[in-house]
Amino acid sequence: MAAGKQKKADTASPVNSDAGTAQIVETLQHYEAPPPATFSKDDDFKAYRDMLLIRRFEEKAGQLYGMGFIGGFCHLYIGQEAVVTGMQLALKEGDQVITGYRDHGHMLATGMEARGVMAELTGRRSGYSKGKGGSMHMFSKEKNFYGGHGIVGAQVSLGTGLAFANRYRGNDNLSVTYFGDGAANQGQVYESFNMASLWKLPVIYVIENNRYAMGTSVNRASAETNFAHRGISFKIPGIQVDGMDVRAVKAAADLAAGHCREGKGPIILEMMTYRYRGHSMSDPAKYRTRDEVQQMRSERDPIEQVRRRLMEEHGFAEDELKAVDKEVRDVVQDSADFAQNDAEPDVSELWTDIYADDVPQAAE
Amino acid sequence: MATEILMPALSPTMEEGTLSKWIKQEGDSVAPGDVIAEIETDKATMEVEAVDEGTLGKILVPAGTEGVKVNAPIAVLLAEGEDESALESAGAQPKKAESRAEDQAGEKATSEKVAGDAKVPTQGMKHPEPKDPVGAFEQEIPEGTEMVSMTVREALREAMAEEMRRDENVFLMGEEVAEYQGAYKISQGLLDEFGARRVVDTPITEHGFAGLGVGAAFAGLRPIVEFMTFNFAMQAIDQIINSAAKTLYMAGGQMGCPIVFRGPNGAAARVAAQHSQDYAAWYSHVPGLKVVQPFTAADAKGLLKSAIRDPNPVIFLENEILYGHSFDVPKLDDWTVPIGKARIHRKGKDVTIVSFGMGMTYAVKAAEELEKEGIDAEVIDLRTIRPMDLDTVIASVKKTNRCVTVEEGFPQSSVGAHIASEIMMHAFDWLDAPVIKVAGKDVPMPYAANLEKLALPSVKEVIDAVKAVTYRG
Repeated sequence: MAAGKQKKADTASPVNSDAGTAQIVETLQHYEAPPPATFSKDDDFKAYRDMLLIRRFEEKAGQLYGMGFIGGFCHLYIGQEAVVTGMQLALKEGDQVITGYRDHGHMLATGMEARGVMAELTGRRSGYSKGKGGSMHMFSKEKNFYGGHGIVGAQVSLGTGLAFANRYRGNDNLSVTYFGDGAANQGQVYESFNMASLWKLPVIYVIENNRYAMGTSVNRASAETNFAHRGISFKIPGIQVDGMDVRAVKAAADLAAGHCREGKGPIILEMMTYRYRGHSMSDPAKYRTRDEVQQMRSERDPIEQVRRRLMEEHGFAEDELKAVDKEVRDVVQDSADFAQNDAEPDVSELWTDIYADDVPQAAE
Repeated sequence: MATEILMPALSPTMEEGTLSKWIKQEGDSVAPGDVIAEIETDKATMEVEAVDEGTLGKILVPAGTEGVKVNAPIAVLLAEGEDESALESAGAQPKKAESRAEDQAGEKATSEKVAGDAKVPTQGMKHPEPKDPVGAFEQEIPEGTEMVSMTVREALREAMAEEMRRDENVFLMGEEVAEYQGAYKISQGLLDEFGARRVVDTPITEHGFAGLGVGAAFAGLRPIVEFMTFNFAMQAIDQIINSAAKTLYMAGGQMGCPIVFRGPNGAAARVAAQHSQDYAAWYSHVPGLKVVQPFTAADAKGLLKSAIRDPNPVIFLENEILYGHSFDVPKLDDWTVPIGKARIHRKGKDVTIVSFGMGMTYAVKAAEELEKEGIDAEVIDLRTIRPMDLDTVIASVKKTNRCVTVEEGFPQSSVGAHIASEIMMHAFDWLDAPVIKVAGKDVPMPYAANLEKLALPSVKEVIDAVKAVTYRG
């Protein structure tokens, strides 16, 4: 984890041979990774509950997939829970969230209902997309969650467009655009970086570096593995963040949100995180050792970190935490029961929602 | 309650696998996320993780067992405080994710829909008379409307300016649209009137700004994205199809994409293969998109205004050569043309010529020539390629009993190919000759002037096709 270690020299060193580039770096607003945020008892308790919900939800989704209730692709977020949970704490009403296909955690973090998400996973009519989107394509306009996109990297341009709309309207909302270390090598990411910086668009690019793009480790796919530096050519500052510590994520998110809301343009947060499960359900994950996964789980687990704090620093009793565990488990079980028993979409739905037919009059 | 742990599927196609190893043994306590066993198929080995907390009460399938069916119970998990006596009561039958009845209902509904479309006319040597032998068509322009002559270029500019005045959410973005005043001067003057906030020069970055525009549309703005030519939109086609066209459906109707992608399309003159291609058939393939390709200035203006107001993504295909052509445009405060309605450009009784956009120039000239030879051609300007106004085409063919399609695009899977198949389905008994497609040649566009001319359709080819279907050789 490089969080908290980044120095000014890190940003300048790879480019100091080129005077022109060095000048760019000089004019680039630089940030150190801020120290982890101070969490009150309530903050930690809420973070614990939110992360646990994602963990249990994903475990249940994995189980339902195994039973054949969920079809197609199913990408679980287990291990990365601190990223969305911490980011969400810095957002305010009207801020938009968009991500790729590993999206269940993001949806729960934005407050979407477990029932609606799970029912979409099982392809039922009460799912967020009426069963027509599935795991990778879900949206909630109400919660400002803009998907759920299945094409690696496409959400980066789309999220930049959400930020463009904020700037166009002159509000102080921002767009949180999540993508992975794999998507970070797509060309449109850099097309978007360029425009976002050129036009000072309020977008936080959150690169969730979970070390593997499907089965390819970052060192095998990326010439520059420090993704926080990927914005240098576009004058976009970047910070590496300990994505396993929800307090570190929250502190970086606050800093980034401030940067965007002050009109300074985009910023990159590279979240150093880890996915415990395979890329998708049918990935045996042979590209890494079991020890590597086990070490992350036992030493860095985002939920266990908070659980320990709750007991050791905030004086929670085992029983109190068990009650939360049970409450979360009940929510997840309820969503699973609902999603298994809800009806499939009516066959007439095959032919709906292809075109919107309302032609609204001029807005405002 | 004791719960059964079921044999999981590694993929939707897996039916059975080998339970290769138990990591946890009977009596071990397990927590959610713990690996309890390993299973394998011919493709891969996977770990089975516990979802619930408890004690592994009984292993039902020993390690090494092959051919374990998906969803078969492989072990029983005892909850806290339960002992082995609970094993007896663990009769919870594994639920199966099946809904065969509904599946069948679905298939039935789908096949009914197809069958509905596929109703063929009854056999008969003589074709039946059409209901409307004259082929009435409604007058779009109110009688007595003053007409002013303007170029397609001016018409497009007026359409954008009027819609930008009307709706603050409409903005234009693209390469050279603002300070340069438009590579083809379509946006001339718009920067002066609307400012840099609403007329946005982009870097040369089609994939990026197409995606950015789609994102802005998701957020409720109404972008007009200009491609300097549609050839460059190939860089952006993923965002157009996967993001713009499909999101309304994938979102169950929650979130749509009101956006217009516009710019010159098709062959200009002497710009060779990479800059000369008609994308009408490409985009018309995609549900969720509307595809418009106007010929006249009146249609260009009225359709672009409708496209900007449309809540769906609209592909608006212009033509560089037509930009400078002048036509009469009705002088009305708010002239719009509905998307999805063809226009009968010229009434006739002997043959139906269907075309759109630049193809209309060949069709119209051919009809004039044919008139001198006593052949009275009806010329239909489709205007919208998707949704296609097949009713107008079919009604006309039922009257003339012959059809020729004209377009500049490649012949395979072309717009004409689709029209021909629809006519065959819906007006087979009315046809007196096969439908002939006049299209661009099945070659990349050459640069040499003589070859380029050969690669494009010609008035002569249209005339020859009409003579063939009317048996006047």
